[in-house]
Formats: sequence, C-alpha cells, structure tokens
Amino acid sequence: MDVLPGVDARAPLLEVNDLHVEFRTGYGVAKAVNGANFWLSPGETLAILGESGCGKSVTAQAIMGILDTPPGYVTQGQIRYRGVDLLKLPEDQRRKVRANKIAMIFQDALSALNPVYTVGFQLGELFRKHRGMSRADARKRAIDLLDQVKIPAAKVRVNDYPHQFSGGMRQRVMIAMALALDPEVLIADEPTTALDVTVQAQIMGLLADLQRQRNMGLILITHDMGVVADVADRISVMYAGKVVEEAPVYDIYARPAHPYTRALLESIPRLDMKGQQLSVIRGLPPALTDIPKGCAFNPRCAYARDACRQDPPPPAYQVSVQPHRTARCHFFREVLGE
Amino acid sequence: MSDVVLETKGLVKHFPITQGIVFKSKVGAVRAVDGVDIQLRRGETLGVVGESGCGKSTLAKLLVGLETPTAGSINVRGEDMVKLKGAALRRARRNIQMVLQDPYTSLNPRMTVGDIIGEPFEIHPEVVPKGGRQRAVQDLLDTVGLNPDHINRYPHQFSGGQRQRIGIARALALKPEIIVCDEPVSALDVSIQAQVINLLERLQDEFGLSYIFIAHDLSVVRHISDRVAVMYLGKVIETGHDQAIYEQPTHPYTQALLSAVPVPDPRLRGLRDQIVLEGDVPSPANPPSGCRFRTRCWKAQEACAQQEPLLQIRERSPHPSACHFAEIRDVVRGR
Ligand SMILES: Nc1ncnc2c1ncn2[C@@H]1O[C@H](COP(=O)(O)OP(=O)(O)OP(=O)(O)O)[C@@H](O)[C@H]1O
Ligand SMILES: Nc1ncnc2c1ncn2[C@@H]1O[C@H](COP(=O)(O)OP(=O)(O)O)[C@@H](O)[C@H]1O
Ligand code: SF4
Ligand code: SF4
Ligand SMILES: [Mg+2]
Ligand SMILES: [Mg+2]
Repeated sequence: MDVLPGVDARAPLLEVNDLHVEFRTGYGVAKAVNGANFWLSPGETLAILGESGCGKSVTAQAIMGILDTPPGYVTQGQIRYRGVDLLKLPEDQRRKVRANKIAMIFQDALSALNPVYTVGFQLGELFRKHRGMSRADARKRAIDLLDQVKIPAAKVRVNDYPHQFSGGMRQRVMIAMALALDPEVLIADEPTTALDVTVQAQIMGLLADLQRQRNMGLILITHDMGVVADVADRISVMYAGKVVEEAPVYDIYARPAHPYTRALLESIPRLDMKGQQLSVIRGLPPALTDIPKGCAFNPRCAYARDACRQDPPPPAYQVSVQPHRTARCHFFREVLGE
Repeated sequence: MSDVVLETKGLVKHFPITQGIVFKSKVGAVRAVDGVDIQLRRGETLGVVGESGCGKSTLAKLLVGLETPTAGSINVRGEDMVKLKGAALRRARRNIQMVLQDPYTSLNPRMTVGDIIGEPFEIHPEVVPKGGRQRAVQDLLDTVGLNPDHINRYPHQFSGGQRQRIGIARALALKPEIIVCDEPVSALDVSIQAQVINLLERLQDEFGLSYIFIAHDLSVVRHISDRVAVMYLGKVIETGHDQAIYEQPTHPYTQALLSAVPVPDPRLRGLRDQIVLEGDVPSPANPPSGCRFRTRCWKAQEACAQQEPLLQIRERSPHPSACHFAEIRDVVRGR
C-alpha cells in the first residue's frame, strides 16, 4: 500500500489519546467513552478488560472508523497510527488503513461473513481488490491462508459457505480474512466469548502463533480474567468509558492499584474460597446518560470518601515509572497497601 | 439411600429428524440425552458441565417436565415422574423448579414482577390462599434481596442481576426441594455473578435446597458444587466429588476440558499441562461407535471403537469414569 502522508516509522504503532465518544439518543446523551488512553507496540498484546457496557467495543469501533454514526460521535481526542491522526483522515484513506494496517475480528463471526458467497470468494476478493491479483492467484492465496489458520482440507473447504463451518472454524475464517492483507495491528473483540473452552484454547493458541510470526500488535478485548492472565503483556482496565488502570500483566494481578481492578480480581471464584462467600462489588455500573460526579466508581468503591464524590481523579496518577503503571484513583497508594 | 431426593435411570431424549412437509417421515434422531443416570442428595449441589450441545439443557428440561423422555425414569421421593399423571403429577412437579440462563428474555415483559413471581400460585392455588399472595410475593422479593415495594414494576426496570433474582424468587414460590439452574450466571458480569452465586448458596442453607447447577464456567461450578457430572454427546462420562473431578480426573475428555480453562494467574502461564483437543464435537445425530470421545481422544485404541465404555469405578479410577483406559492425571496443579 502506498504510504500514508505523515507516517513516522519511529512514532508508536498505535496511540489512543483522550478519546471521547458519545451516542446522541432519544433518551439522552450516553457518554460511552470518556477519555480513553493507551498505546500499542509491535509484537505486543494489550488486553482491554472490563465489564459489559464499559465502552470496550465502542473504543474499538472508533479506532477502526466503523462507529455507528448517527447516533455515535467521536467528540474529542486522537487516534494515531505511526503518528498520523486517523480521525483527521478523509474517508478513502481511512478505508485503506482499515484494510491494510489495522484489522479487526468480532465475537460473532457469522454476522461478519457474507452468507451468500463462499469463503474462498470472500478471501480472494480481498486480494483481487487490494492487491490486483488474478482470480487464480487470489484463490491460491485464499487456500494458503486457510491453511495458515489450520482449517483441515483447505483446498476443499475453500468452496464452502460460512454456515457450513462450525463456530470455531468460522472464527478461524474470520481471522484469515482479517490477516489477509498483513495488518500491523489486530483488534480482537471478545473473539472466543461465544466458544467452548476447548475451542477457545485452539483459537487463542492460533492467534498467539500468528502474532509471533508476524510481529503484529494485538489488542485483545475481553472480560475474561483467565484469558488475560494467559496471553496479555499489558492490561488497560476500563470502567464507565475510562481507562482506570494500566500496568504490565504480572503487576496488576499481584498488586492492583485501582479499587475496581482489585474488586474484580477478588470476585473470581478461587480454590481457596470454596465454601466461603465470594466478595462482591456492591451496586451496578452507572447509566452512561448519568455518570456520577467526581470519580465514576465512587458509589461502589470500598475506599471512597468525600474527595471522591467532588473531584474526578486526574487521568493517570503515575503508580510507578519502571515498569510503567498508572491508576485513576486519588487513593491508589492505600489500595497498593503502601 | 434415603437422602437421595432425585434419581434418573437410563434417561433418554431423542429428537426425531424428519423429512418432507406434509407426509413427514423420520429419517434419524438427534440423541440429545442418551442414557443418563444421576443422583441428587438432599442439600447438595450437583454441577453439570460439558461443551455446547452435549445435552445439558435437554437434561434440565426433562427433569422439570418441559420435555417428555423417550425412555428412562426420573424418581423423586420414590415416585417415577415419568409415570405420574393428573393431580399427582402436578403435586410432584411443584417440588422441582427451574432457573434459566437469560435474565433478559426469560421474563414476560408485560407482566409486573408481582405477577411473574406469583404466577406459580395461580397454577397451584393450594400453596397460598388468594388473600395471602401479595404478602407471599413481597416476602419472596425480600428473601432474594429485592425491595418488596417494587412489586408493581416491570422486568425492564431491573438490571440483569436483579432479573436473575426475580427468576430465583419465582422458582422458590412453591417451596420446592429441588431447583435446576441452567446457566444461571452465564449472562452476568463477574461482579454481579458473585452476588447471585452468594444468594444461591445462602438460600440453599436457609431452605435445605438441592441444586442441579449447569454452567460452562468450570471455576464457578467448582465453587458451588459438591459433586460434578461431566457430559459428552448426551452421556455422563465421569462423575464424582468436586475434588475428585478437578484434582484427579481420569477420563481424557475431563482432563482436556479442565486443562483448557485459563487460570487467572499470569505466574502459571506456560506451566499448565495443557491438552489441546483437535476438531469439534461430532454430531449427536450420528455419534461415533464404541466410545463417543474416540474421534478426539489421543489415547484411543482399537477397543475404543468396538466396545462402549460404561460409567463405572475402575482399577485406576476411584470414581465412576466411562473410559477403558481411565487413569488419574492432575492437569490443574498449582491452581
Ligand atoms: N427441540 C429440539 N429439536 C431437535 N434437536 C434439539 C432440540 N433441542 C435440542 N436439540 C439438540 O440436542 C442437542 C443437545 O442440546 P442441548 O440444548 O441440551 O445442549 P446444551 O448442552 O445445553 O448446550 P449449550 O451449552 O449450548 O447450552 C443439540 O445437538 C441440540 O441441537
Ligand atoms: N449504536 C449505539 N447506539 C446507542 N448506544 C450505543 C451504541 N453502541 C453502543 N452503545 C452504548 O455504548 C456503551 C458502551 O458499549 P460497548 O462499547 O459496546 O460496551 P462493551 O464494553 O461491552 O464492549 C453502552 O452503554 C452501549 O449501550
Ligand atoms: S478515586 Fe475514590 S472512589 Fe474513585 S476509585 Fe479511588 S478511592 Fe474509589
Ligand atoms: S475409551 Fe478409548 S477413546 Fe474413549 S476416552 Fe477412553 S481411551 Fe479415549
Ligand atoms: Mg463489547
Ligand atoms: Mg444449554
């Protein structure tokens, strides 16, 4: 692909800065993303962790430029690929980035594939359209890719329609489509949530292999703290549209710095908790049309005090410099037990 | 044994596969549940796990009478539910209730919470006299941790976790001894999931309930279960105390299933003895001969295709296991 104007090879691969997204609906303005910050390097896996509705998918859609507009609008912030702010690009260039540089796979593979074309045709189309390949060459590449994602008998299955594949195989086909044009960034939005654990293990193993081979940056969106512990290098924890904590995976599990992260980790059933009550986070996540004043987590937080109900904590208290850790909490030192 | 509250023997449910529109002819059968023997004791929780499509929900529906078995018996307090009819059947059904997975679609959106929870009283008017029903419903709301004043609200005015509490209150209305929970927390977020699990455990202690607890999250099942049954293609392939199943599994399928569960501790990354199964579950309309797991089993031998392994205690399996070569392998060490 021809180089984007302004691309700086030394700039971070992907950088999201102070991203705000809102949905203007009949029942009010839902503030789905309220200042998300994170970055991604080549070969790295960043997990975005959070409960449903906290803005994970909307963030991904904003990066991809596939936000549902209206009612969804990016109202503030930057999304930089190698230094270029994607939000400022005209739509045709955005589309090229989407195909060639940043790709995405979704939870529901069936809805992302076209039911009326064979898998081989859909894959081949990518090569014909974006690489100007002949029909025969495109087909060869399609088979090659299905092979890479470990579809057995790829030569035969290339002629099948999406509904003829099982859930796990469809997910493989979608991975093949996303990787067809060798993107540098892959965003996987709950790629295994709908699958059985045995199939999940296959797919996560495949993603890890492909990522290593290609030195791709991977953003894994999930609510499963087991999956995160297994594959992530770094984690960004989201709550009510904000990244509330970011840290390397080992640090966050060993010593969370934000009360929400800590409460999440404590609510997982563990072996030594058998026969005891699980710890719970009281209450519910806020309605995004009516986010609490001060710190959004304050009504549910065990550490909350007056300051939390008045002043929102700044975007990123530096928890430590080496490793790089931040937390959006006035009292993170207390949470760390310092 | 006297403390067994529910027992199934040879329970089977085949769904016919038909061809033709006017003159339907049977061309085969989906063997959703294919010979299941389980026992549930008073006050205990039996966890049921297995991959999607292995027959868990069908088993649940058979137990509560939402499906009629093709063969087999369901004994509750010494009576075979399959043979009961009329008033006797209705009385027996009262005793075994169900909580469903999806808190968003399993409640009628046009009924108030009071009507939803009180509906079982319409079907079984003998349980609470008409004048006492509102009070009974409010007590139930209070029992499951909801505000009794919200009796006239509609389901959409509640969150997912709260709706699941409504479903639980409804299941409790007829004071059953047994509750079958089909994926009761699967649609909920972790923080809410913990609230509902704690509630179920409290109610069990308070009312001496017995639970059949179906879930695909193996750590949730481990937390709540006293015993566990592992299903594969319509059959129970291993069963035992939770510790036996989780720490000393002897069936290759159980071992693979457990080893695939990611552990929420990054220090154990790469240290797990992970068994990655190839391929998918075969179709229950046409299960493999002999052992049903043999198409994905790394230990399969000639004998496995010939002879079906029975669910029984074996030389190297101290608890029942349906594998000719059952043998303990601890796949979750360090957890
Ligand atoms: N009414 C029906 N008619 C035909 N086949 C059915 C019917 N109900 C279930 N089945 C089939 O029976 C098998 C078992 O289904 P069941 O719903 O019990 O699985 P399950 O273990 O609950 O799966 P999941 O984990 O996805 O909920 C599946 O192959 C399913 O397609
Ligand atoms: N097309 C849309 N219209 C209105 N609201 C939306 C739309 N898409 C997402 N939202 C809202 O944005 C919030 C964040 O959603 P999402 O990013 O999908 O959450 P998750 O973290 O579960 O992926 C939710 O409250 C959701 O209801
Ligand atoms: S700022 Fe206050 S309310 Fe927010 S997480 Fe920290 S302690 Fe809790
Ligand atoms: S009986 Fe044979 S095929 Fe079946 S689980 Fe045992 S070893 Fe595997
Ligand atoms: Mg989402
Ligand atoms: Mg089911």
